Amino acid sequence: MRRGFTLLALATALLLSFALYEALIAAPTEQTMGDVQRIFYYHVPSAWTAFVLFLINFVSSIVYLIRRNPKADILALVSAEVGVVFCTVVIVTGPIWARPVWGIWWAPGDIRLTTTLVLWLIYISYLILRRMSTGGRTPVIAAVVAIFGALDVPLVYFSIWFFRTQHPSPVIGGGGSLDPRMAHVLLINWAAFLCLAWLLSWVRCELEVATRRVDEAQALESLRESSR
Amino acid sequence: MSFFAITRATLAKDIRLEWRSKDAINAMLFFGLLVVVIFSFAFDPTAEESRRIAGGLIWVAFLFAAVVALNQTWARELRNQVLDAYRVSPAAANPLFLAKALGNFIFVCVLEALMTPLFIAFYKLRALGPAWELAPIALLGTWALVINGTFFAAISLRTRSREIMLPLLLFPISIPALLGMVNATTAVLSGEESAWFWIALLLAYDVVFTTVSLLLFELVLEAE
Amino acid sequence: MNSMHYLYAAYIATWLIHGSYLTILVRKYARVRREMERLRK
Repeated sequence: MRRGFTLLALATALLLSFALYEALIAAPTEQTMGDVQRIFYYHVPSAWTAFVLFLINFVSSIVYLIRRNPKADILALVSAEVGVVFCTVVIVTGPIWARPVWGIWWAPGDIRLTTTLVLWLIYISYLILRRMSTGGRTPVIAAVVAIFGALDVPLVYFSIWFFRTQHPSPVIGGGGSLDPRMAHVLLINWAAFLCLAWLLSWVRCELEVATRRVDEAQALESLRESSR
Repeated sequence: MSFFAITRATLAKDIRLEWRSKDAINAMLFFGLLVVVIFSFAFDPTAEESRRIAGGLIWVAFLFAAVVALNQTWARELRNQVLDAYRVSPAAANPLFLAKALGNFIFVCVLEALMTPLFIAFYKLRALGPAWELAPIALLGTWALVINGTFFAAISLRTRSREIMLPLLLFPISIPALLGMVNATTAVLSGEESAWFWIALLLAYDVVFTTVSLLLFELVLEAE
Repeated sequence: MNSMHYLYAAYIATWLIHGSYLTILVRKYARVRREMERLRK
């Protein structure tokens, strides 16, 4: 357990430094955008990682409702939280890229960035619900809300897609093929960020398990004191 | 009792309660009136500008006002443990939910019917597109707000400070529906493009979330 | 040269976000561990 964690941490650190080197130095400079395009190697893999985590959240919420397995609940909580962290990265790096390339910080018609923003809002409300919920049925309620949130995503996507066709705005990369060298760097970065997500989720899982154990022990203790 | 008998009984009870107390509708109306007045101070638009922003104003006002009604949907049943009594009775959960949703739908529709003339007067509105399309937009949009609102109000019963939790849950999920209502209304008012895509989107939203709500409501009611 | 600033800003922001999340986790974990020790006594 400890050993596996150390190994994963080492592998993640190595992979991340290699990916950083690839993104900043080895990858070819883009012709029209210049060096700013290198933000892409952090922005896009973070988005993909966040989507993977939200998918895990959706699946484990369904599994929880069927099996009532507390592990599925912990996985749902952890994946949502780490997913929000990665989503934050996407939302912060997006405007930093948009500013020099399009000349504006935020394009309300840009479908991917706006969908990600709505996704971020939905999962933050999910996390707030988990925190504010009382009683032993938090997992059930949270799982139900997670399903609502996940079903909302395609509707958000279509609504913004149509919103965009009405309000023309600068949108990057619609079609057009990616340089194979760039695709390679992109995939390395994605692998690195997936490892980081795994690592963070692991830490968060341990924390959650420990917190639950402490809460149980505290409840037992106060019970013992009151019966004394 | 059959599904529809339970729905009808609960709905009739809620409407009678509301008719006698008029708590929700008074609060909603006053709130909506405040929004209209405050917005009219905040900007004094010409007819041309107001056509472009009115869709957003109207629906934001209705959304905020609807939350007032939604918040007290279930809170009323907590007093005297009505909800617990319902839970132990053999009646199914879905008719109760449907009755609550229909009740809220009626309240919000009444609110909209009363508020719309005010909006027209304050913002000098006149539809350039086909005005009859506003009817399906209003009905579908209201149902979209109310179905999720009723569901999330039931969920926020299980949280601390539930009045805060309801909008926090409802607003992010409602973003596509809001986008649909606002853009459809703007399309009709300005008459520049067709509103039908947005109406179809609202319909899809309603179908998806009505189905999911009915599938999952029992879990929420039983959650103890 | 200006565009390099944006590039660095984005990379630094990414690591700040991940770093602060990890810090929060580690501090919470330490607190839980302390509580565990107290309960064990």
